[in-house]
Amino acid sequence: MVDFGGWDMPVQYPAGTIEEHLRTRTRAGLFDVSHMGEIDVRGRDAVSFVNRITSNDVSKLVDGQAQYSTLTTPQGTVVDDLLIYRLNADHLLLVVNAGTTDKDWEWIKSHHAGECVELTNVSSQYCQLALQGPDAVSILQKLTNEPLADMKYYHFKPGRVDNVDSIISRTGYTGEDGFEVYAAADQGERLWKKILEAGQFGSDEGVLPCGLGARNTLRLEAGMALYGHELTETTTLLEANLGWICKLDKGEFIGRNVLARQKAEGLQRKLVGFEVTERGIARDEYDVVVNDQVVGKVTSGSPAPYLKKNIGFAYLPVEFASVGQEIKIDVRGRLICAQVVKTPFYKRQK
Amino acid sequence: MANVPEDLHYSKDHEWVRVEGNEAVIGITDYAQNSLGDVVYVELPKPGEQFAANESFGSVESVKAVSEVFTPVTGEVTKINESLADEPEKVNADPYGDGWMIRIRMSSSGEVDSLLTAAEYEDFTKAESE
Repeated sequence: MVDFGGWDMPVQYPAGTIEEHLRTRTRAGLFDVSHMGEIDVRGRDAVSFVNRITSNDVSKLVDGQAQYSTLTTPQGTVVDDLLIYRLNADHLLLVVNAGTTDKDWEWIKSHHAGECVELTNVSSQYCQLALQGPDAVSILQKLTNEPLADMKYYHFKPGRVDNVDSIISRTGYTGEDGFEVYAAADQGERLWKKILEAGQFGSDEGVLPCGLGARNTLRLEAGMALYGHELTETTTLLEANLGWICKLDKGEFIGRNVLARQKAEGLQRKLVGFEVTERGIARDEYDVVVNDQVVGKVTSGSPAPYLKKNIGFAYLPVEFASVGQEIKIDVRGRLICAQVVKTPFYKRQK
Repeated sequence: MANVPEDLHYSKDHEWVRVEGNEAVIGITDYAQNSLGDVVYVELPKPGEQFAANESFGSVESVKAVSEVFTPVTGEVTKINESLADEPEKVNADPYGDGWMIRIRMSSSGEVDSLLTAAEYEDFTKAESE
Protein backbone atom coordinates (compact mmCIF):
# COMPACT_ATOMS: atom_id res chain seq x y z
CA MET A 1 0.00 0.00 0.00
CA VAL A 2 1.20 3.52 -0.71
CA ASP A 3 0.02 6.98 0.25
CA PHE A 4 -1.60 8.61 -2.78
CA GLY A 5 -2.96 12.11 -2.24
CA GLY A 6 -3.77 11.16 1.36
CA TRP A 7 -5.40 7.84 0.40
CA ASP A 8 -4.00 4.40 1.20
CA MET A 9 -3.93 2.76 -2.22
CA PRO A 10 -2.64 -0.60 -3.44
CA VAL A 11 0.05 -0.44 -6.14
CA GLN A 12 -1.00 -3.91 -7.19
CA TYR A 13 -3.28 -6.78 -6.19
CA PRO A 14 -1.89 -10.32 -5.92
CA ALA A 15 -1.96 -10.91 -9.70
CA GLY A 16 0.65 -8.16 -10.17
CA THR A 17 0.82 -5.10 -12.41
CA ILE A 18 1.63 -6.90 -15.67
CA GLU A 19 -1.19 -9.43 -15.36
CA GLU A 20 -3.64 -6.69 -14.30
CA HIS A 21 -2.60 -4.57 -17.27
CA LEU A 22 -2.93 -7.42 -19.80
CA ARG A 23 -6.25 -8.60 -18.43
CA THR A 24 -7.68 -5.09 -18.77
CA ARG A 25 -6.59 -5.00 -22.43
CA THR A 26 -7.95 -8.46 -23.24
CA ARG A 27 -10.91 -8.99 -20.86
CA ALA A 28 -11.60 -6.56 -17.99
CA GLY A 29 -10.04 -4.82 -15.01
CA LEU A 30 -11.74 -3.16 -12.04
CA PHE A 31 -10.24 -0.08 -10.40
CA ASP A 32 -11.31 1.52 -7.13
CA VAL A 33 -10.90 5.20 -7.96
CA SER A 34 -12.98 6.55 -5.11
CA HIS A 35 -10.07 8.84 -4.26
CA MET A 36 -11.02 11.12 -7.17
CA GLY A 37 -12.60 14.43 -6.10
CA GLU A 38 -16.09 15.60 -7.06
CA ILE A 39 -17.29 19.19 -7.07
CA ASP A 40 -20.92 20.00 -7.60
CA VAL A 41 -21.90 23.19 -9.46
CA ARG A 42 -25.56 24.17 -9.41
CA GLY A 43 -27.42 27.28 -10.52
CA ARG A 44 -28.52 29.09 -13.63
CA ASP A 45 -24.96 30.27 -14.41
CA ALA A 46 -23.39 26.82 -13.95
CA VAL A 47 -22.43 26.45 -17.62
CA SER A 48 -21.13 29.98 -18.11
CA PHE A 49 -19.17 29.90 -14.84
CA VAL A 50 -17.44 26.59 -15.58
CA ASN A 51 -16.87 27.68 -19.17
CA ARG A 52 -14.94 30.70 -17.88
CA ILE A 53 -12.57 28.67 -15.68
CA THR A 54 -11.95 25.71 -18.02
CA SER A 55 -10.43 25.37 -21.48
CA ASN A 56 -12.87 23.15 -23.39
CA ASP A 57 -16.28 24.46 -24.51
CA VAL A 58 -18.86 23.56 -21.85
CA SER A 59 -21.67 25.16 -23.90
CA LYS A 60 -21.34 22.33 -26.42
CA LEU A 61 -22.39 19.71 -23.85
CA VAL A 62 -25.90 18.28 -23.83
CA ASP A 63 -27.59 16.70 -20.81
CA GLY A 64 -25.99 13.32 -20.13
CA GLN A 65 -22.72 14.16 -21.81
CA ALA A 66 -19.22 14.38 -20.29
CA GLN A 67 -16.18 16.33 -21.40
CA TYR A 68 -12.43 16.17 -20.76
CA SER A 69 -11.05 19.59 -19.90
CA THR A 70 -8.58 21.53 -17.78
CA LEU A 71 -8.70 24.24 -15.15
CA THR A 72 -6.29 26.85 -16.48
CA THR A 73 -4.12 29.52 -14.86
CA PRO A 74 -3.82 33.07 -16.27
CA GLN A 75 -0.51 31.83 -17.80
CA GLY A 76 -2.30 29.12 -19.78
CA THR A 77 -0.82 26.40 -17.59
CA VAL A 78 -2.79 23.70 -15.84
CA VAL A 79 -4.27 23.75 -12.32
CA ASP A 80 -5.73 20.29 -12.96
CA ASP A 81 -7.32 18.17 -15.65
CA LEU A 82 -10.89 17.08 -15.07
CA LEU A 83 -14.10 15.61 -16.40
CA ILE A 84 -17.17 17.81 -16.59
CA TYR A 85 -20.53 16.04 -16.44
CA ARG A 86 -23.64 17.93 -17.52
CA LEU A 87 -26.62 16.57 -15.56
CA ASN A 88 -28.75 19.45 -16.81
CA ALA A 89 -28.38 23.11 -17.79
CA ASP A 90 -28.26 24.16 -14.13
CA HIS A 91 -26.19 21.31 -12.76
CA LEU A 92 -22.64 20.20 -13.58
CA LEU A 93 -20.43 17.74 -11.74
CA LEU A 94 -16.66 18.24 -11.92
CA VAL A 95 -14.46 15.20 -11.32
CA VAL A 96 -10.89 16.12 -10.40
CA ASN A 97 -7.69 14.38 -9.31
CA ALA A 98 -7.35 13.21 -5.70
CA GLY A 99 -4.08 14.96 -4.92
CA THR A 100 -5.38 18.27 -6.27
CA THR A 101 -8.95 18.23 -4.93
CA ASP A 102 -8.27 20.71 -2.11
CA LYS A 103 -6.27 23.00 -4.38
CA ASP A 104 -8.95 22.85 -7.10
CA TRP A 105 -11.70 23.53 -4.61
CA GLU A 106 -9.94 26.67 -3.32
CA TRP A 107 -9.11 27.74 -6.89
CA ILE A 108 -12.68 27.33 -8.10
CA LYS A 109 -14.16 29.19 -5.13
CA SER A 110 -11.65 32.03 -5.48
CA HIS A 111 -12.49 32.47 -9.17
CA HIS A 112 -16.19 32.68 -8.57
CA ALA A 113 -17.10 36.24 -9.61
CA GLY A 114 -20.73 36.86 -8.86
CA GLU A 115 -22.20 34.17 -11.11
CA CYS A 116 -25.38 32.59 -9.80
CA VAL A 117 -23.98 29.21 -8.79
CA GLU A 118 -23.79 27.12 -5.66
CA LEU A 119 -20.53 25.20 -5.23
CA THR A 120 -20.20 22.11 -3.05
CA ASN A 121 -17.24 19.85 -2.50
CA VAL A 122 -18.97 16.46 -2.53
CA SER A 123 -15.81 14.34 -2.80
CA SER A 124 -16.45 12.34 0.35
CA GLN A 125 -20.02 11.50 -0.70
CA TYR A 126 -19.05 9.44 -3.74
CA CYS A 127 -17.30 6.20 -4.45
CA GLN A 128 -16.09 5.63 -7.97
CA LEU A 129 -15.35 2.29 -9.59
CA ALA A 130 -13.89 2.00 -13.09
CA LEU A 131 -14.63 -1.19 -15.00
CA GLN A 132 -12.47 -1.20 -18.12
CA GLY A 133 -11.78 -3.55 -20.99
CA PRO A 134 -13.55 -5.35 -23.86
CA ASP A 135 -15.76 -7.34 -21.44
CA ALA A 136 -16.85 -4.29 -19.43
CA VAL A 137 -20.21 -3.93 -21.22
CA SER A 138 -21.27 -7.53 -20.76
CA ILE A 139 -20.16 -7.66 -17.12
CA LEU A 140 -21.85 -4.44 -16.03
CA GLN A 141 -24.98 -5.29 -18.03
CA LYS A 142 -25.59 -8.20 -15.67
CA LEU A 143 -26.09 -5.72 -12.86
CA THR A 144 -28.26 -3.05 -14.48
CA ASN A 145 -31.39 -2.70 -16.61
CA GLU A 146 -30.02 0.34 -18.41
CA PRO A 147 -29.09 -0.69 -21.97
CA LEU A 148 -25.31 -0.19 -22.00
CA ALA A 149 -24.20 -1.32 -25.45
CA ASP A 150 -25.85 1.66 -27.16
CA MET A 151 -24.39 4.26 -24.81
CA LYS A 152 -22.00 6.59 -26.58
CA TYR A 153 -18.46 7.19 -25.41
CA TYR A 154 -18.28 10.20 -23.07
CA HIS A 155 -21.98 9.95 -22.27
CA PHE A 156 -23.55 8.91 -18.99
CA LYS A 157 -26.89 8.18 -17.43
CA PRO A 158 -28.31 7.84 -13.97
CA GLY A 159 -29.25 4.22 -13.33
CA ARG A 160 -29.26 1.45 -10.79
CA VAL A 161 -26.34 -0.94 -10.54
CA ASP A 162 -27.36 -3.91 -8.42
CA ASN A 163 -30.16 -1.70 -7.08
CA VAL A 164 -27.73 1.02 -6.00
CA ASP A 165 -28.45 4.49 -7.39
CA SER A 166 -25.49 5.35 -9.61
CA ILE A 167 -24.19 7.49 -12.39
CA ILE A 168 -23.04 5.15 -15.18
CA SER A 169 -20.51 6.85 -17.40
CA ARG A 170 -18.89 5.45 -20.52
CA THR A 171 -15.48 6.92 -19.79
CA GLY A 172 -12.11 5.74 -18.58
CA TYR A 173 -8.38 6.19 -18.31
CA THR A 174 -7.03 3.01 -19.87
CA GLY A 175 -7.52 3.33 -23.64
CA GLU A 176 -10.17 0.59 -23.48
CA ASP A 177 -13.93 0.69 -23.68
CA GLY A 178 -15.48 0.74 -20.25
CA PHE A 179 -17.42 2.52 -17.56
CA GLU A 180 -16.93 4.64 -14.51
CA VAL A 181 -19.66 4.16 -11.93
CA TYR A 182 -20.34 6.77 -9.26
CA ALA A 183 -22.47 5.92 -6.25
CA ALA A 184 -22.89 6.81 -2.58
CA ALA A 185 -19.60 6.22 -0.75
CA ASP A 186 -21.05 3.62 1.62
CA GLN A 187 -22.09 1.45 -1.35
CA GLY A 188 -18.54 1.17 -2.70
CA GLU A 189 -17.53 -2.06 -1.02
CA ARG A 190 -20.71 -3.82 -2.02
CA LEU A 191 -20.52 -2.67 -5.65
CA TRP A 192 -16.85 -3.71 -5.81
CA LYS A 193 -17.72 -7.23 -4.69
CA LYS A 194 -20.76 -7.46 -6.99
CA ILE A 195 -18.82 -6.36 -10.06
CA LEU A 196 -15.99 -8.81 -9.32
CA GLU A 197 -18.57 -11.55 -8.92
CA ALA A 198 -20.38 -10.62 -12.15
CA GLY A 199 -17.01 -10.57 -13.92
CA GLN A 200 -16.09 -14.04 -12.63
CA PHE A 201 -13.06 -12.88 -10.71
CA GLY A 202 -11.01 -15.98 -9.95
CA SER A 203 -11.44 -17.65 -13.32
CA ASP A 204 -8.67 -17.46 -15.93
CA GLU A 205 -10.64 -15.14 -18.18
CA GLY A 206 -12.37 -13.21 -15.42
CA VAL A 207 -12.10 -9.60 -14.32
CA LEU A 208 -9.07 -8.69 -12.19
CA PRO A 209 -8.92 -6.00 -9.51
CA CYS A 210 -6.21 -3.53 -10.57
CA GLY A 211 -3.99 -1.21 -8.55
CA LEU A 212 -2.28 2.12 -9.17
CA GLY A 213 0.57 0.41 -11.02
CA ALA A 214 -1.65 -0.88 -13.82
CA ARG A 215 -3.66 2.34 -13.84
CA ASN A 216 -0.45 4.20 -14.64
CA THR A 217 0.92 1.80 -17.28
CA LEU A 218 -2.47 1.56 -19.03
CA ARG A 219 -2.93 5.32 -19.28
CA LEU A 220 0.67 5.81 -20.40
CA GLU A 221 0.40 3.16 -23.12
CA ALA A 222 -2.82 4.85 -24.26
CA GLY A 223 -0.96 8.17 -24.47
CA MET A 224 -2.93 9.92 -21.73
CA ALA A 225 -1.45 12.67 -19.59
CA LEU A 226 -1.16 12.45 -15.80
CA TYR A 227 -1.43 15.53 -13.63
CA GLY A 228 1.84 16.30 -11.83
CA HIS A 229 3.79 14.65 -14.66
CA GLU A 230 2.78 15.78 -18.16
CA LEU A 231 0.43 18.47 -16.82
CA THR A 232 1.64 21.03 -14.29
CA GLU A 233 1.37 24.69 -13.43
CA THR A 234 4.57 25.28 -15.42
CA THR A 235 3.49 23.71 -18.71
CA THR A 236 0.81 25.17 -20.96
CA LEU A 237 -2.05 23.27 -22.49
CA LEU A 238 -0.63 23.73 -25.98
CA GLU A 239 2.81 22.47 -24.96
CA ALA A 240 1.05 19.41 -23.51
CA ASN A 241 -0.59 18.65 -26.89
CA LEU A 242 -4.01 19.50 -25.50
CA GLY A 243 -4.88 21.96 -28.26
CA TRP A 244 -7.98 19.83 -28.94
CA ILE A 245 -9.47 20.86 -25.57
CA CYS A 246 -8.25 24.47 -25.82
CA LYS A 247 -11.20 26.26 -27.44
CA LEU A 248 -9.82 29.73 -28.09
CA ASP A 249 -12.93 30.77 -30.05
CA LYS A 250 -15.46 29.96 -27.32
CA GLY A 251 -15.08 33.34 -25.61
CA GLU A 252 -13.13 34.54 -22.62
CA PHE A 253 -11.63 32.02 -20.18
CA ILE A 254 -8.73 32.15 -17.73
CA GLY A 255 -5.44 32.06 -19.64
CA ARG A 256 -7.05 32.45 -23.06
CA ASN A 257 -4.97 35.47 -24.11
CA VAL A 258 -1.67 33.81 -23.29
CA LEU A 259 -2.70 30.63 -25.07
CA ALA A 260 -3.88 32.56 -28.15
CA ARG A 261 -0.53 34.39 -28.26
CA GLN A 262 1.40 31.16 -27.83
CA LYS A 263 -0.58 29.58 -30.63
CA ALA A 264 0.11 32.52 -32.94
CA GLU A 265 3.81 32.74 -32.10
CA GLY A 266 4.47 29.02 -32.07
CA LEU A 267 5.76 26.76 -29.31
CA GLN A 268 9.31 26.60 -27.94
CA ARG A 269 8.88 23.09 -26.56
CA LYS A 270 6.29 20.38 -26.56
CA LEU A 271 5.38 17.03 -25.09
CA VAL A 272 6.43 14.01 -27.14
CA GLY A 273 6.16 10.28 -26.77
CA PHE A 274 9.30 8.17 -27.14
CA GLU A 275 10.21 4.54 -27.37
CA VAL A 276 13.50 3.16 -26.02
CA THR A 277 15.29 1.35 -28.86
CA GLU A 278 17.90 -0.53 -26.84
CA ARG A 279 17.95 -2.34 -23.50
CA GLY A 280 16.98 -0.20 -20.54
CA ILE A 281 14.02 1.54 -19.01
CA ALA A 282 13.47 5.29 -18.94
CA ARG A 283 11.98 6.54 -15.67
CA ASP A 284 10.35 9.76 -14.49
CA GLU A 285 12.78 12.68 -14.19
CA TYR A 286 15.60 11.14 -16.25
CA ASP A 287 17.40 13.60 -18.54
CA VAL A 288 16.91 13.55 -22.30
CA VAL A 289 20.12 14.19 -24.25
CA VAL A 290 20.60 15.28 -27.88
CA ASN A 291 24.08 16.08 -29.28
CA ASP A 292 25.60 15.72 -25.79
CA GLN A 293 23.30 18.41 -24.41
CA VAL A 294 20.54 17.86 -21.86
CA VAL A 295 17.47 19.11 -23.74
CA GLY A 296 14.59 17.88 -21.60
CA LYS A 297 13.30 15.55 -18.92
CA VAL A 298 11.18 12.43 -18.91
CA THR A 299 7.78 13.19 -17.35
CA SER A 300 6.59 9.55 -17.24
CA GLY A 301 8.66 6.53 -18.20
CA SER A 302 7.84 2.85 -17.79
CA PRO A 303 7.71 -0.54 -19.40
CA ALA A 304 4.53 -0.90 -21.50
CA PRO A 305 3.31 -4.42 -20.69
CA TYR A 306 0.98 -4.89 -23.66
CA LEU A 307 3.30 -3.39 -26.29
CA LYS A 308 6.32 -5.03 -24.64
CA LYS A 309 8.36 -1.90 -25.15
CA ASN A 310 9.83 0.71 -22.85
CA ILE A 311 8.12 4.01 -23.47
CA GLY A 312 7.71 7.47 -22.01
CA PHE A 313 6.75 11.10 -22.37
CA ALA A 314 9.19 14.03 -22.32
CA TYR A 315 9.12 17.76 -22.96
CA LEU A 316 11.56 18.63 -25.76
CA PRO A 317 12.48 21.78 -27.70
CA VAL A 318 10.39 21.77 -30.89
CA GLU A 319 13.47 21.31 -33.09
CA PHE A 320 13.92 17.85 -31.51
CA ALA A 321 10.23 16.99 -31.22
CA SER A 322 9.52 15.48 -34.65
CA VAL A 323 8.56 11.83 -35.01
CA GLY A 324 11.68 9.83 -35.83
CA GLN A 325 14.06 12.12 -33.92
CA GLU A 326 16.82 10.11 -32.25
CA ILE A 327 17.33 11.00 -28.59
CA LYS A 328 19.23 9.54 -25.67
CA ILE A 329 17.99 8.97 -22.14
CA ASP A 330 20.40 9.19 -19.21
CA VAL A 331 19.65 6.03 -17.27
CA ARG A 332 21.65 6.48 -14.06
CA GLY A 333 24.76 7.57 -15.93
CA ARG A 334 24.35 5.33 -18.97
CA LEU A 335 23.02 6.90 -22.18
CA ILE A 336 20.53 4.68 -23.97
CA CYS A 337 19.01 5.29 -27.41
CA ALA A 338 15.38 6.20 -27.92
CA GLN A 339 13.26 7.64 -30.69
CA VAL A 340 10.39 10.12 -30.76
CA VAL A 341 7.24 8.28 -31.86
CA LYS A 342 3.60 9.08 -32.55
CA THR A 343 1.16 8.91 -29.65
CA PRO A 344 -0.98 7.20 -28.53
CA PHE A 345 1.50 4.35 -28.27
CA TYR A 346 -1.46 1.96 -28.13
CA LYS A 347 -4.83 2.32 -29.81
CA ARG A 348 -7.54 -0.27 -29.39
CA GLN A 349 -9.18 -1.89 -32.42
CA LYS A 350 -12.80 -0.74 -32.65
CA MET B 1 4.92 -16.37 3.94
CA ALA B 2 8.20 -15.80 2.14
CA ASN B 3 10.44 -18.79 1.54
CA VAL B 4 13.77 -18.62 3.45
CA PRO B 5 15.98 -21.68 2.81
CA GLU B 6 17.98 -22.86 5.84
CA ASP B 7 21.30 -23.37 4.07
CA LEU B 8 21.84 -19.80 2.80
CA HIS B 9 23.30 -16.61 4.26
CA TYR B 10 21.34 -13.36 4.07
CA SER B 11 22.01 -9.62 3.98
CA LYS B 12 19.84 -6.83 5.34
CA ASP B 13 19.56 -5.58 1.73
CA HIS B 14 17.66 -8.80 0.94
CA GLU B 15 20.36 -10.67 -0.98
CA TRP B 16 21.17 -14.33 -0.33
CA VAL B 17 24.56 -16.05 -0.57
CA ARG B 18 25.20 -19.73 -1.20
CA VAL B 19 28.79 -20.75 -0.46
CA GLU B 20 30.28 -23.26 -2.91
CA GLY B 21 33.98 -23.80 -2.11
CA ASN B 22 35.65 -20.39 -2.34
CA GLU B 23 32.83 -18.99 -4.48
CA ALA B 24 29.61 -17.28 -3.47
CA VAL B 25 26.44 -17.50 -5.56
CA ILE B 26 24.31 -14.39 -5.04
CA GLY B 27 20.69 -13.49 -5.75
CA ILE B 28 17.76 -11.66 -4.17
CA THR B 29 15.40 -13.26 -1.66
CA ASP B 30 11.85 -14.41 -2.12
CA TYR B 31 10.76 -11.60 0.19
CA ALA B 32 12.59 -9.09 -2.05
CA GLN B 33 11.15 -10.37 -5.34
CA ASN B 34 7.71 -10.36 -3.80
CA SER B 35 7.95 -6.74 -2.65
CA LEU B 36 9.35 -5.65 -6.03
CA GLY B 37 6.61 -7.26 -8.11
CA ASP B 38 7.13 -8.40 -11.70
CA VAL B 39 10.82 -8.08 -12.54
CA VAL B 40 11.21 -6.79 -16.09
CA TYR B 41 14.91 -5.95 -16.31
CA VAL B 42 18.10 -7.05 -14.58
CA GLU B 43 21.40 -5.25 -15.05
CA LEU B 44 24.47 -7.28 -14.08
CA PRO B 45 28.25 -6.61 -14.11
CA LYS B 46 30.76 -8.36 -16.37
CA PRO B 47 32.88 -11.32 -15.26
CA GLY B 48 36.22 -10.05 -14.02
CA GLU B 49 34.81 -6.99 -12.25
CA GLN B 50 35.81 -6.55 -8.59
CA PHE B 51 33.42 -5.55 -5.83
CA ALA B 52 33.83 -4.80 -2.16
CA ALA B 53 31.25 -6.09 0.30
CA ASN B 54 28.06 -3.95 0.36
CA GLU B 55 28.90 -2.38 -3.00
CA SER B 56 26.18 -2.19 -5.67
CA PHE B 57 26.82 -4.70 -8.47
CA GLY B 58 23.72 -4.04 -10.58
CA SER B 59 20.02 -3.32 -10.53
CA VAL B 60 16.68 -5.04 -10.67
CA GLU B 61 13.73 -3.23 -12.23
CA SER B 62 10.07 -3.96 -11.76
CA VAL B 63 7.32 -2.21 -13.73
CA LYS B 64 7.15 0.44 -11.06
CA ALA B 65 10.69 0.97 -9.79
CA VAL B 66 14.44 0.41 -9.90
CA SER B 67 16.31 -1.20 -7.01
CA GLU B 68 20.06 -1.59 -6.69
CA VAL B 69 21.48 -4.94 -5.68
CA PHE B 70 24.49 -5.20 -3.38
CA THR B 71 27.07 -7.92 -2.97
CA PRO B 72 27.32 -9.12 0.64
CA VAL B 73 30.92 -10.34 0.05
CA THR B 74 34.15 -8.97 -1.44
CA GLY B 75 35.70 -10.52 -4.54
CA GLU B 76 35.80 -10.94 -8.30
CA VAL B 77 32.83 -11.84 -10.47
CA THR B 78 33.49 -15.20 -12.17
CA LYS B 79 30.15 -15.75 -13.83
CA ILE B 80 26.80 -14.00 -14.30
CA ASN B 81 23.38 -15.44 -15.04
CA GLU B 82 23.14 -14.35 -18.68
CA SER B 83 19.70 -15.88 -19.13
CA LEU B 84 18.20 -13.08 -16.99
CA ALA B 85 18.70 -10.68 -19.90
CA ASP B 86 15.88 -12.38 -21.79
CA GLU B 87 14.03 -13.98 -18.90
CA PRO B 88 14.15 -11.58 -15.97
CA GLU B 89 10.91 -13.15 -14.68
CA LYS B 90 13.04 -16.06 -13.39
CA VAL B 91 13.89 -13.79 -10.45
CA ASN B 92 10.21 -13.92 -9.45
CA ALA B 93 9.60 -17.55 -10.30
CA ASP B 94 12.70 -19.10 -8.73
CA PRO B 95 14.70 -16.53 -6.74
CA TYR B 96 16.99 -19.12 -5.08
CA GLY B 97 17.46 -21.28 -8.18
CA ASP B 98 17.21 -20.18 -11.84
CA GLY B 99 16.94 -16.57 -10.68
CA TRP B 100 20.50 -16.46 -9.27
CA MET B 101 22.46 -13.39 -10.40
CA ILE B 102 26.24 -13.62 -10.01
CA ARG B 103 29.07 -15.83 -8.74
CA ILE B 104 31.91 -14.16 -6.89
CA ARG B 105 35.32 -15.62 -5.97
CA MET B 106 35.54 -14.53 -2.35
CA SER B 107 38.73 -12.84 -1.24
CA SER B 108 37.89 -13.38 2.42
CA SER B 109 35.93 -16.43 3.50
CA GLY B 110 35.20 -14.93 6.93
CA GLU B 111 32.75 -12.34 5.53
CA VAL B 112 29.84 -14.76 5.22
CA ASP B 113 29.99 -15.39 8.97
CA SER B 114 28.84 -11.84 9.64
CA LEU B 115 25.72 -12.32 7.48
CA LEU B 116 22.30 -13.26 8.84
CA THR B 117 21.21 -16.86 9.25
CA ALA B 118 17.83 -17.94 7.84
CA ALA B 119 16.18 -17.55 11.25
CA GLU B 120 17.73 -14.10 11.78
CA TYR B 121 16.68 -12.98 8.31
CA GLU B 122 13.13 -14.15 8.88
CA ASP B 123 12.94 -12.09 12.10
CA PHE B 124 14.45 -9.15 10.24
CA THR B 125 11.83 -9.20 7.46
CA LYS B 126 9.03 -9.60 9.99
CA ALA B 127 10.23 -6.53 11.84
CA GLU B 128 10.58 -4.64 8.55
CA SER B 129 7.09 -5.36 7.32
CA GLU B 130 5.46 -4.37 10.61
